[in-house]
Amino acid sequence: MDAIVLQILNGLDKGGAYALIALGLTLIFGTLGVVNFAHGALFMLGAFCAVAFNHVISLEQVVVDPTKITAWGTPLETRTPYIEVWLGDTGTTLLNYSVPLSILLAVPLMLLFGYVMERGLIRHFYKRPHAEQILVTFGLAIVLQEIVKSYFGANPIPQAAPDVVRGAMDLGTLIGFDPGTIVYPQWRIVYLFFSLGIIGSVFAFLQFTTFGMVVRAGMADRETVGFLGINIERRFTLVFAIAAMVAGLAGVMYTPILPPDYHMGMDFLVLSFVVVVVGGMGSLPGAVSAGFLLGILQSFASMNEVKTILPGIDQIIIYLVAVIILLVRPRGLMGRKGVMET
Amino acid sequence: MSNFRRPINRRSLLKAGAASGLVLATPTIITRNAWADTNFRNDPTNSKSVTFGFNVPQTGAYADEGADELRAYQLAVKHLNGEGDGGMLNTMKPLSLEGNGILGKKVEYVTGDTQTKSDAARASAKRMVEKDGVIMWSGGSSSGVAIAQQSLAQEMGIVFMCGLTHSNDTTGKDKRRYGFRHFFNAYMSGAALGPVLEKQMGKDRRAYHLTADYTWGWTQEESIANTTEGLGWETVNKVRTPLGAGDFSQYIAPVLNSGADVLILNHYGKDMINSLTQAVQFGLRDKLVNGKNFEIIVPLYSRLMAQGAGENIKGIYGTTNWNWSLQDEGSKAFVKSFGQEYGFPPSQAAHTCYVQTLLYADACERAGTFNPAEVIKALEDHQFDGMGNGPTLYRGADHQCFKDVLVVKGNENATSRFDLLEVVEVTPSAQVTYDPEIFGGELGPYKV
Repeated sequence: MDAIVLQILNGLDKGGAYALIALGLTLIFGTLGVVNFAHGALFMLGAFCAVAFNHVISLEQVVVDPTKITAWGTPLETRTPYIEVWLGDTGTTLLNYSVPLSILLAVPLMLLFGYVMERGLIRHFYKRPHAEQILVTFGLAIVLQEIVKSYFGANPIPQAAPDVVRGAMDLGTLIGFDPGTIVYPQWRIVYLFFSLGIIGSVFAFLQFTTFGMVVRAGMADRETVGFLGINIERRFTLVFAIAAMVAGLAGVMYTPILPPDYHMGMDFLVLSFVVVVVGGMGSLPGAVSAGFLLGILQSFASMNEVKTILPGIDQIIIYLVAVIILLVRPRGLMGRKGVMET
Repeated sequence: MSNFRRPINRRSLLKAGAASGLVLATPTIITRNAWADTNFRNDPTNSKSVTFGFNVPQTGAYADEGADELRAYQLAVKHLNGEGDGGMLNTMKPLSLEGNGILGKKVEYVTGDTQTKSDAARASAKRMVEKDGVIMWSGGSSSGVAIAQQSLAQEMGIVFMCGLTHSNDTTGKDKRRYGFRHFFNAYMSGAALGPVLEKQMGKDRRAYHLTADYTWGWTQEESIANTTEGLGWETVNKVRTPLGAGDFSQYIAPVLNSGADVLILNHYGKDMINSLTQAVQFGLRDKLVNGKNFEIIVPLYSRLMAQGAGENIKGIYGTTNWNWSLQDEGSKAFVKSFGQEYGFPPSQAAHTCYVQTLLYADACERAGTFNPAEVIKALEDHQFDGMGNGPTLYRGADHQCFKDVLVVKGNENATSRFDLLEVVEVTPSAQVTYDPEIFGGELGPYKV
């Protein structure tokens, strides 16, 4: 039983990341009709906002000690972050909270990047076939990857969670299990709540604001909204920027779980597309529920008991589910009628 | 039938002479390569220089390791041509090189990108052999890629000096006459780790393996399990994980309540960084199981990986082929040369690539030729010292180097950002030597 609870937690946690990326992906498809293969790269860019922020606040004062020599014959350098030199303990605390603080950098940067990307590139492809949209966005993803790699290198760069949530916690004792049976990393719990919070905020924004109402109306009937004198294009540009920001925030908070490297976006991209397809192209609740569903299924398929009966199932489960869903219900779990159906 | 014989005239004599000449000349025209020992692919006899090929991952997950390998190769070429401070040429014994290239020819090089993919590596190597005329090529960072290139080397008759490859198969079932490995292997890691694990963790342990699902992972899992079971440890489970899984949480969670008190991560590169980071996040290192502290072991370590895993490596045991902190004359000379050139110490990948280049060059010098058959013979069963791992044998039976192996653990009191691994024990070569027959395989012919 404890193994099942642990895998459900894992699935929810993994599903949170899938849902956040898929949410933006499906939002862009639902509003702009664009298949954005660069969305994984936006997740990666968010993660590197955290890395860049950490690099900036960790800038070091280098003191050369001529009395000590390195193994290769140069004087030994002692390095201390400027922030600690200037602010003492406060500086150490700021360094400790580098990942959550980097959200402050990621939000404006990702919004700006999303805006520029939509205005500079994506809008030229609105009326072009999906194949061309895929090619151009995939190409952009590769360019972004290579830029990040040339600057930060190919090796993963570890980012630590704040000390207070760095270890694991005994969740089992809270829900009536024996002590030590359900131990789970605290940061992963933070991530789960963070993703739920972001998902809730996006839904609330679209559901309860005038802006959201116009966007939803535009998604349903773009032309009619245009006839009413509303500049729907401008709103859709903002939607693209918001989707980029959501993917970026998902990336920022994921860095303590997975040390970021330039390729991490591609690793999530394919899975996120499967999530969108299973959930239903353009359906926000579909993307979220499919994200959590596939996350949990993937975790269960990795259990030794399951793998003993079905070897290798952990590697194909997501695609298997996608094939079944597409055969039985081509529009996806919550897809709108007529979307991707002929 | 007539008894009449035609008289021999000048014309028929000339015809007969021409025909005889043609018959005598025919074998030479058709089979000239067969009886000319001096004829071999990319023979540089009429050239003032020789070209090496350095085929490393310049893109992909191992690009940083590939960049460090390339730095080492460039340094080796510099030293071979008599530039710089000479590095290990000052400590290598015996030494036939004179710092004037190889056999008086200047060494030049071309580079290729393996992308850590077998087909890309083979295509790049083929281009270097056929277009650039390399006389030897080298490179590493993946056993699958090394094995694929080794087969190509045998087909093309050009020596391949393996870079970083740790699978038993490279010099085991997939060994080739034209492939040589200086780096240690999974069997040696197991043999070196065994006594240290027994001393540090005792004989009553229960181990759980997470293994990268490809040739290197399988051979390492087998070697380490053989070692730990030999100590009396029980193997609770062996779980294969897809290469590049990213999130390993679904594989780590079952370890928590499996009854295991040791987790062995047969992962390398990004997989190792991710699985170790996540295992530590799951609190495994703080866990008490069967009355013992839970331990994690990473059988193959590298400094570049340790950098990626950050603080999570502290106190975790593993093995490495070489570390820059070694204090022998060869290591000190190499670290000094490399550090002055690039501003930081070399990785183990850089070390093995540098040494392989010098060893090949020295073998040519000793053989007095670039003919690969002779160079191979010069490398086989060659004994040398002063290259950073103590006295070393390049065993002729499988082209595997036998030398001391380092058992290390993640440094808990690092003095610099490079001081990540602490050498716990130097396991003597004799303790990691094995019978070449146990892994099978055939080297193949000298002449191809």
